[in-house]
Amino acid sequence: MNEPVAELRRVRNERLRWHSRRALLELDIVFTRFWQRVGDELDAATALTLERLLAMEDHDLWELVSGRTTSDDPQLEELAARLRATR
Amino acid sequence: MSVNVTVRKFDAVIVGAGGAGLRAAIQLSEAGLKTAVLTKVFPTRSHTVAAQGGVAASLGNSEEDHWHWHMYDTVKGSDWLGDQDAIEFMCRKANECVIELEHYGMPFDRTDNGRIYQRPFGGHMSNFGEKPVRRSCAAADRTGHAMLHAMYQRNVKVNTQFFVEWMALDLIRDAEGEVLGVTAMEMETGEIFAFHAKATIFATGGSGRIYYSSTNAFINTGDGVGMAARAGIPLEDMEFWQFHPTGVAGAGVLITEGVRGEGGILRNGQGERFMERYAPNAKDLASRDVVSRAMVTEINEGRGCGPNKDFVLLDITHLPPETIMKRLPGIHEIAVQFAGVDALKEPIPVVPTCHYQMGGIPTNYHGQVVVPGKTSQNEVMPGFYAAGECACASVHGANRLGTNSLLDLLVFGKSAGETAVETLKRTPKAHKELPADAFDRTLARLDRLNHQKGGANVHETRLAMQRSMQKHAGVFRFNDLLKEGVQKILEVQQDVQRTEIQDKSKVFNTARIEALELDNLIEVAVATMVSAEARKESRGAHVRDDAPDTPERPNGRDDANWLKHSLWYKDGNRLDYKSVALRPLSVDTIALKTRAY
Repeated sequence: MNEPVAELRRVRNERLRWHSRRALLELDIVFTRFWQRVGDELDAATALTLERLLAMEDHDLWELVSGRTTSDDPQLEELAARLRATR
Repeated sequence: MSVNVTVRKFDAVIVGAGGAGLRAAIQLSEAGLKTAVLTKVFPTRSHTVAAQGGVAASLGNSEEDHWHWHMYDTVKGSDWLGDQDAIEFMCRKANECVIELEHYGMPFDRTDNGRIYQRPFGGHMSNFGEKPVRRSCAAADRTGHAMLHAMYQRNVKVNTQFFVEWMALDLIRDAEGEVLGVTAMEMETGEIFAFHAKATIFATGGSGRIYYSSTNAFINTGDGVGMAARAGIPLEDMEFWQFHPTGVAGAGVLITEGVRGEGGILRNGQGERFMERYAPNAKDLASRDVVSRAMVTEINEGRGCGPNKDFVLLDITHLPPETIMKRLPGIHEIAVQFAGVDALKEPIPVVPTCHYQMGGIPTNYHGQVVVPGKTSQNEVMPGFYAAGECACASVHGANRLGTNSLLDLLVFGKSAGETAVETLKRTPKAHKELPADAFDRTLARLDRLNHQKGGANVHETRLAMQRSMQKHAGVFRFNDLLKEGVQKILEVQQDVQRTEIQDKSKVFNTARIEALELDNLIEVAVATMVSAEARKESRGAHVRDDAPDTPERPNGRDDANWLKHSLWYKDGNRLDYKSVALRPLSVDTIALKTRAY
């Protein structure tokens, strides 16, 4: 990978990593596990879905991630399930 | 050094956009002052979101209530360490602040006749401790979240300028000691700025991440408290931390008291329902501090669970599954996610977990930061204000009552903003010139971090700090452990001064941010350990094994020697003390007596 592309990817991941810092400890832990698993290998499609997921309000996000609610959006639903399963 | 620092001028700069910061900002912006709010995360993602219980105010919508009764409960809850002038001020202002919030659009729960619905909450009583009273105003179980949204919208309307994903780094003071703003880093670019202001308000929240087991979100790194300590300001009553008995072991996620209310039982490693020995009547429903101490005693005496015998179990397996799913929503999911157990079939591992910081940056009830000086033990530090969990007004004293934290941030956020507005209007002035060394501390810290070789790993050092705090200054304290803890935390402090990051990138570097946060956490941790070791009594949340309950000193409290606030100074790692304000503003002193419920 050439350097500018690698730097763009690093910044994208760092920004998403920071947006994974939430108001609720429950979510902080879930996202920490996720980042420990994916490291810097986050693919572009997942990054886009993650960005949308992270735009949610914290309580709604925790309800979705913990499986107490579902989303009509299959991509969000799939990523929420992946987060739920990452332990 | 080649780092450029761009200076931006505002009338006021507020650090932190949780409840206290947003409330202060409304006051300043409504007065037409140019106000900047710096925040590490988007305002509605501040930790205030996690507050569910409600906000206390003696509105009397459901039954008779009075601010004086609320004041009595708060003084008693504080174990008489709270300043009675500040407590009267807070309780008298509560109704006004809650109604203002309603006018900002806060969707409070309603009674049938449309008034704000109020529910009872632990420690809040009518007629000076007689019986429980309905005093908590809530918006379902999302009170903090709704509060932030209402206040953020109000701030947008009055043109507060938000700097989101900016981290304040250090306080700027001149030779006379006046506070002139802060240095800060824009995360997006890594550039360093100075926010030059006539009023600087810290509203950075709690610092609960100093403990290994904490209910606090990861953003709670004591940034304001650390910055104040580095700038030579003492920290008040840092030995007082409220612990919640049932945090999930290893994770900290809170299991609500409602679980024990529905019949959940605490068991030790031998399967024994040990609370029967400690509280034969209330058993598992005894007060938070009694349950927490019993749990720690079981663990310390070798009756804990797991390979390291370092937790106990919360058992709800005897409850009907439908009761658990209906009456305790979310508990099943929390147990699965964070304890890896199906709570319907297996008990949940739990430990007492750090929840709330009672101490902080010393302020008066006007929200002004005060320090001992030549003329008074509470000299106002010009240009500097603090409010909310990072501040110590002191209304919570040695122990906070539930629902008083949201009230604290509303009342003192407003008060700090109001005082700043009045001060600036009374004595209009141009910005005072920044001193030549205004940025030196910040630039030296960044330079050290960028060039450190063979240093300490940030994650491991933070973990060492958290484990030391948990072991040596936990919910139940022991003289030998505290003495050893002081040595250990000072060793960790040495490591914090030589942390190293591998990634030196300038743009959006979270490793650098975490290293800078650790600089703040360690100040809080040292202050806590040193203050706790020195206070030789038990009071409120500070309970020592060697200061037990005796007829001469009920609950181990020693008013003759310890009815005073601790002040920890970073410079010289030394302690000083100041007296508690026992005289309220308009009513008689609430006289000392044994705190019993």
